[in-house]
Amino acid sequence: MSEISLTVNGRRVSASVEDRTLLVHFLREHLGLTGTHVGCDTSQCGACVVHVDGKAMKSCSMLAAQASGSDVITIEGIANGGDLHPVQAAFKEHHGLQCGFCTPGMIMTTVDMIARHPEGLDEATVREELEGNICRCTGYHNIVKAVLAASKTMSKASKGKAKKAA
Amino acid sequence: MYSVSYHRAASVAEAAKLAKGEAKLVSGGMTLIPAMKTRLAAPSDLVDISRIDALKGIKVSGKTVTIGAGTTHYEVATSDKLAKVCPALSHLASMIGDPAVRHRGTIGGSIANNDPAADYPSAMLALGATIVTNKREIAADKFFKVLFETALKEGEIVTSVTFTAPAKAAYEKFRNPASRYAIVGVFVAKGAGGVRVAVTGAGDDGVFRSKELEAALAKQFDAAALASAKVPAKTLMSDMHASADYRAHLIVVMTRRAVAAANA
Repeated sequence: MSEISLTVNGRRVSASVEDRTLLVHFLREHLGLTGTHVGCDTSQCGACVVHVDGKAMKSCSMLAAQASGSDVITIEGIANGGDLHPVQAAFKEHHGLQCGFCTPGMIMTTVDMIARHPEGLDEATVREELEGNICRCTGYHNIVKAVLAASKTMSKASKGKAKKAA
Repeated sequence: MYSVSYHRAASVAEAAKLAKGEAKLVSGGMTLIPAMKTRLAAPSDLVDISRIDALKGIKVSGKTVTIGAGTTHYEVATSDKLAKVCPALSHLASMIGDPAVRHRGTIGGSIANNDPAADYPSAMLALGATIVTNKREIAADKFFKVLFETALKEGEIVTSVTFTAPAKAAYEKFRNPASRYAIVGVFVAKGAGGVRVAVTGAGDDGVFRSKELEAALAKQFDAAALASAKVPAKTLMSDMHASADYRAHLIVVMTRRAVAAANA
């Protein structure tokens, strides 16, 4: 058994887990955070993407013990109270989902993608960046639209903040 | 996944002590953890070296590049100082897996695993890199043995790789359309030691250098020099994705593209 201690969505959590426990199972079964999904279970589909120390990672392909000491953010941790995160709002607005199974991973990947591309995104880059996230409902058209829209909203918001700060 | 005991090493020396018998080192775990989940790998112990600071970072001093074994693909892909002296390697790292995989996977893990379709081994061979371990320095030419086998001995840990930045270099890969792994990947480098062409994804014994293409390019480092070039298919892999003959053809095409990109 491993004694692990980490921050999940801003909350300190400590637990005793089997060494082989995957991070995704720890989040879902120990913490009850079932927004993070297990899709393919082979690190291809991206339904399990969470942020570990600020970077998108596949929680089905790392051990909970490996995340001990880290800061983990899941889909449950990005909205501001009752206000959706701009990426969540854009997926809703542009119908970037059908069954919704891949959506938590898509959104966590998108938040990370936008953070890494403060200069803005174009369609080709978005499609390339979504390589590790698979949607089996309907294709990527509206997902790409949602990502581009969110990227625009967020760069406007950060410019507005910068102006205010100045 | 079978039961396993997890240890987090604080230093390379501690990791070397723990990495005995059926134990395995893990850093990003982007190959090992999936292999354990499917029970293709069943180590007794996992020794996590991903939090050892001494294994991280990229140093560029003149033309000498040193990359810590624990440096992630993302860090290699986005390093400004590396991009200035060897953009081909940054480009290669940017094409490994997907963004989430690049955030965890490391250069040391990739070369120590020596997957026959991995990208980094071809760069190490073509750049004439030196693989530095906690015990010795090994030339890339002697490091990669056969599929999933290297010159590493028990308790030996890759700590960094080092090479002299080439005058020109480029990497081109033809991806499997589903898995996105290299069906053929070619790294071409023209440096002080001449022209080196290393091929991944295709060889029966894993990564290898193509003597035929190196000879043709030594005379003239131009895609035109490969107009009638051929590589033998005898020692190449044949599988459901591509026959050996097709791979032989692709090697020449990818080399031509890489040379054109290196000259651009």
